[in-house]
Amino acid sequence: MMNRLNPRFLGVALIAIALLVAPFAFSGQQYLLRVVTTAAIYAIAAYGLNIILGLTGQLSLAHGAFFGVGAYVVGLLTTDYDWSFWAAFLVAIVATTVLGYVSGLIALRTQGAYFAIFTMALGFLIFIVVTRWESVTHAHSGVSGVKFPENIGPIDFTKPTTMYYFVLLFLAGAAYTTHALLRSSAGRSLVAIRTSEDLAKSIGVNVAVSKQLAFTASATIAGLAGGLFASLNGFIGPDSAGIDRTFEILLFLLIGGMGTVMGPIIGSLVVAFLFETLQDLETYRFIVLGPIIVLLVIFAPRGIVGYLNELVPARFKRRDTATLADPVATAASNTKKDEVL
Amino acid sequence: MTLFVQQLANGLALGGIYCLAAIGLTLVFGVLGFPNLAHGALYMLGAYLTFFFLTDVGMPYVVAILAAALVLAFLGVVLERLVFHPLRHSPHTHHMIATVGVMFFLIAVVQEVWGTGFLRMKSPVEGQLSVLGAQVSWQRIIIIFTAVVVMLLLTLFLKRSPHGQAIEAIEQDRTGAALVGINPSMVSMVTFAVSLALVAIAAGLVAPINLLSPGMGESLNLTVFAIIILGGLGSLPGAIIGGFTIAIAEVMAATYISVGAGEAAIFVILIAVLAIKPTGLFGTAAQR
Repeated sequence: MMNRLNPRFLGVALIAIALLVAPFAFSGQQYLLRVVTTAAIYAIAAYGLNIILGLTGQLSLAHGAFFGVGAYVVGLLTTDYDWSFWAAFLVAIVATTVLGYVSGLIALRTQGAYFAIFTMALGFLIFIVVTRWESVTHAHSGVSGVKFPENIGPIDFTKPTTMYYFVLLFLAGAAYTTHALLRSSAGRSLVAIRTSEDLAKSIGVNVAVSKQLAFTASATIAGLAGGLFASLNGFIGPDSAGIDRTFEILLFLLIGGMGTVMGPIIGSLVVAFLFETLQDLETYRFIVLGPIIVLLVIFAPRGIVGYLNELVPARFKRRDTATLADPVATAASNTKKDEVL
Repeated sequence: MTLFVQQLANGLALGGIYCLAAIGLTLVFGVLGFPNLAHGALYMLGAYLTFFFLTDVGMPYVVAILAAALVLAFLGVVLERLVFHPLRHSPHTHHMIATVGVMFFLIAVVQEVWGTGFLRMKSPVEGQLSVLGAQVSWQRIIIIFTAVVVMLLLTLFLKRSPHGQAIEAIEQDRTGAALVGINPSMVSMVTFAVSLALVAIAAGLVAPINLLSPGMGESLNLTVFAIIILGGLGSLPGAIIGGFTIAIAEVMAATYISVGAGEAAIFVILIAVLAIKPTGLFGTAAQR
């Protein structure tokens, strides 16, 4: 453990402190705190997508649907069946894990573009179930009156600040999981698959198992975020499970930086901030957003965090983590090498 | 029996539309190697443009479709130059994300210009034809006829003309084709133009029998992707056989089981095929 005070560490510490003191900075401004809480929930979902897309390089377009399933399980169980939030939340996590695992069994038989299209179809199928199965999901009228988490001892979850820290806890967990994953052999296997699936297979990575785990984990995290979203929002409609949700989460991840540890947080906060300041432009949102996505993948495919990582002077990087910390750059240079060959 | 003939005609007409849209998509995949997720949005734009040229400009139906096809072909060239050419050295995930951006943009623009509600385009050809006791509208017969003619012309273009042969050469081996003097950028532009012209024709043909809405591309997108996955990405015969199979299965399931079953039929077929053969019916080895 050499120099701990490198710019990367400082950046992470700064963001963590800013997130911790946010409720005090926003005291009295309930609305702003709610915006940040929502952004944090999307950031958790973006961490899920980060595992399958950012690390493993597989574009899953069913992500928003898994988010929706988590939201609907919590929403329906706490209202129509009068379950407690905690029980419903647990069921939501288990349900999306099982769903992710089972659909992964078929989806992961496909590769590349086939995988993207197949998961898009899967997402649409889930959306159809939500909009058509009216007797259970209430279709277009949605689910209202979703419960807040019940008190644990003196902790009162109806207070916005408590809810914020509750979400923040999961956000920190998701960020730490990504960090730990990048340093583990399992994470390295995923990055190897992203760089070249054939090569990974040839050096003994169990590609099928690694992809299955990554896909399942991404679904679980999406479902968890969906459950939190339902509780915070109090109301959910079919658009919670729609393909637009997938694309929004994709945008957060893209702006923050695919394959990075801090990307999802930065991306979600930056976009949430932009949406708030551009609120008058609500109707033009996607006219602006579409070209931004295109410009980003052309000029800044590594996102904000990926770009900042490049700026960190080489002497601050410890040699053994250099390739791990900046996997996107490694992958990009590898693709270029492939093209030359 | 009458019902069956009736629904078979409906299925064939729908199949014609699906084929035209799917061929465009599969051509782009063959040449550029990524699925254009904005294809459905471009189809929607094609329908609105046909509506615009027919209703607001007052062109005859056929001219309106051709005008829409021309505009979209030009848009295809612009998209290739501005979006996909700069991305040619990026991983394919980036292309797909860029097409998502294009899709967002197109849907939002159409919502701004024509509103979010439904539009009805008046049918240019009224009346019906009696076939084996079933009543088949002329519009459906026009669709089937046009689809077959366009597909024949396209096959002729791909097999006989130098531009078409260049497309096939690039599909087979990009580097090899470049070595013998074929310009890959040029071929990419031509492919995009042809693909978008085809989808505009499909949209123009279907516009009189369907309502127009900004979301109309979304369901088509999925169906057409199911078709080219079923047929194997990049395969022309696969797109045609897949198109008619899916369309007839969809119509028949909707008629004899339920409307929901029609929608579900697509995915049941898709999941079944992929579970058995992950590269589609006519697909070659896994895509790199």
